[in-house]
Amino acid sequence: MKRRDAINRIMDSIESELIICNIGFPSRELYDIYDRDENFYMIGSMGLASSIGLGLALAKPERDIVVIDGDGSLLMNMGSLVTVNACKPRNLTWIVINNGAYGSTGNQETYAKDLNLCEIASGVGLKSYKFEDIDLKEIINDDECNFVEFNCEAGNSTAPIIEMTPEAIKKRFMKII
Amino acid sequence: MDSTEAIYNGLKDAGIDFIVSVPCVNLSKLLNMIDEDDSITHIPVTREEEGIGLCAGAYLGGKRTAILMQNSGLGNSINALKSLTELYGFPLLMIMSHRGTEGENICGQVPMGQSTPLILEAMNFNFFKPGTPEGAYEAIRTSWELSEEEKKPVSILLEIKYW
Repeated sequence: MKRRDAINRIMDSIESELIICNIGFPSRELYDIYDRDENFYMIGSMGLASSIGLGLALAKPERDIVVIDGDGSLLMNMGSLVTVNACKPRNLTWIVINNGAYGSTGNQETYAKDLNLCEIASGVGLKSYKFEDIDLKEIINDDECNFVEFNCEAGNSTAPIIEMTPEAIKKRFMKII
Repeated sequence: MDSTEAIYNGLKDAGIDFIVSVPCVNLSKLLNMIDEDDSITHIPVTREEEGIGLCAGAYLGGKRTAILMQNSGLGNSINALKSLTELYGFPLLMIMSHRGTEGENICGQVPMGQSTPLILEAMNFNFFKPGTPEGAYEAIRTSWELSEEEKKPVSILLEIKYW
């Protein structure tokens, strides 16, 4: 299973949740699989998906927020683990697709390849799960801040570049909120 | 108005209701005032760049956002300020304790302190250097709207002599 299949599996559990999606191929693949008003695609600022998701979760406590992040991006912003844990918004589900690679730059290996990200997230205090052990819908809908690691293999699909401008992504997303 | 109250009042009158911070000794009284204000969500962050991400998300959710930090945090945030805040046209108020300026007694603050205004100029971001509490209040009160208009961050640099 590669990232595209993982995103497909995640989207099977999504209804009206707001999604913040990681930069590069993750956003391109999500855009290609299921473009919807509730998707915010990152075009820049690698590493900040979970921070944007946290800010949104705190600002909009009545909405469920799902972050689709990657292992390379998590490594770039490890401090986010402790900030998310300190805030623990009950409407936030932070999914990290761990394919052990910097996919958008040519699949160079990451140090997360041999890491158990669930254990790291648990270590700072977050409720953490492996995707294969859970019903994602239940996890999104429960009243907790949750971290989910989705292990898969490296590799990109042929998803196209996102045609929307950043301004259009923002406007559409804010309108649905 | 003392130097801290001026900033607090400016933030309140600008309608700022979501603040992230990395502390500076000069901001400590202000951080306490914000913590005691139930109408402001205050999230301390581990690194300034992370805070830029939080502010982007909070703005998407309808908040008026500001970051409080030392000017050293500008260096930690440059890419996010360009590739997130400016790219999407998010407004953001940046209140910076400007270290390394006249009266600084820690030599480590000087190189970044001297370069801070030059960096903001190079980034093509508007900034103000108020010298008095009255000036700071006015600059902060009006900066959110300026930032919304310009669709990029606006900074307030508070030099050591300001305090």
